[in-house]
Amino acid sequence: MFRGVILAAALTVASAVPIWAVQPDEILDDPVLEDRAREISKELRCVVCQNEPIDSSNAGVARDLRLLVRERLVAGDSDEEVVDFVVARYGDYVLFRPPFKPTTYALWIGPFVIMGLGALGVAVMLVRRPRRIDAKDVALSAEEEAALDALLADKDKGRQG
Amino acid sequence: MKRLLLFLPVAIVGVLFGFFFWGLNPDRDPNAIPSVLISQPAPEFDLPPVEGTETPGLSVDDIRAAGEPVLVNVFASWCVPCRAEHVVLTRLVEQDGIRLMGINYKDKPTDASNWLDELGNPYERIGSDYSGRVGIEWGLSGVPETFVIDTNGTVVFRYVGPIVDTGAVDEIMTALEQARAQAAGGV
Repeated sequence: MFRGVILAAALTVASAVPIWAVQPDEILDDPVLEDRAREISKELRCVVCQNEPIDSSNAGVARDLRLLVRERLVAGDSDEEVVDFVVARYGDYVLFRPPFKPTTYALWIGPFVIMGLGALGVAVMLVRRPRRIDAKDVALSAEEEAALDALLADKDKGRQG
Repeated sequence: MKRLLLFLPVAIVGVLFGFFFWGLNPDRDPNAIPSVLISQPAPEFDLPPVEGTETPGLSVDDIRAAGEPVLVNVFASWCVPCRAEHVVLTRLVEQDGIRLMGINYKDKPTDASNWLDELGNPYERIGSDYSGRVGIEWGLSGVPETFVIDTNGTVVFRYVGPIVDTGAVDEIMTALEQARAQAAGGV
């Protein structure tokens, strides 16, 4: 009985095939080109459902863009050329990884600047913190020693009395 | 110096406050995708007419040859908001005399011609973009979308969504007027 349940569960999991947005008629015959197309598609944002790459989006425009990516690859474009082609029409917005250029300097460098400022703050705090007190620097003077001895002697007396 | 440093937390809170306040602005649409086409020449394209209509097709040369700023509206018969803005576009053409050209996006010609027969055809020219390929050239994310093209064939304004409220109409008219003024200025 128990074995049967496990077997049924295993079969269910094994037979569950993920459903791709990429439809069979889109897939290129050349597996190398198709792999490149899939990699590029994963980096491009769908302009309709904005947090999904076109690779997994079912939107009509996403399908058109997937076909376009494949069309450009078949025409002999490099990966960069394909991405540039799409960016020329839809802007940097379609890239999941924003490019490094003057308008995005704050985005890329900002976190490091903030971390640097934080590290600087911690460093300043550590440097300015009072150092550990050295016993030799604050030794008692002869008078203080004598006064202390007198006090201790008094205390001993008190205990005896 | 030390005194000034004491005000640093206040300054940081001030900056954060400004940032969050900006984020709360109800007019800001975080999903808006800035168009790269603005201030760029209109993309090259040449579309055939919609079969079953008398209206000629549309190419980028037709837009350039218009001699005045043109409104390019991307529509489809299957698009419900397009139906809503259709009456507004018609009014703009009939009352304000704007030049309106259409791109029929991913639409069956029979559906498109039926739609135009039913609602009327305010378009001077309509190009049939059945494959949606020209839509990509325009950086289209959906329909309806409307572009204002100046006399040089440069895209000066893009409106995403239906032109139904007065705010949208005002934006379109302002863009058109600016384009006209620029053309009159001989720039």
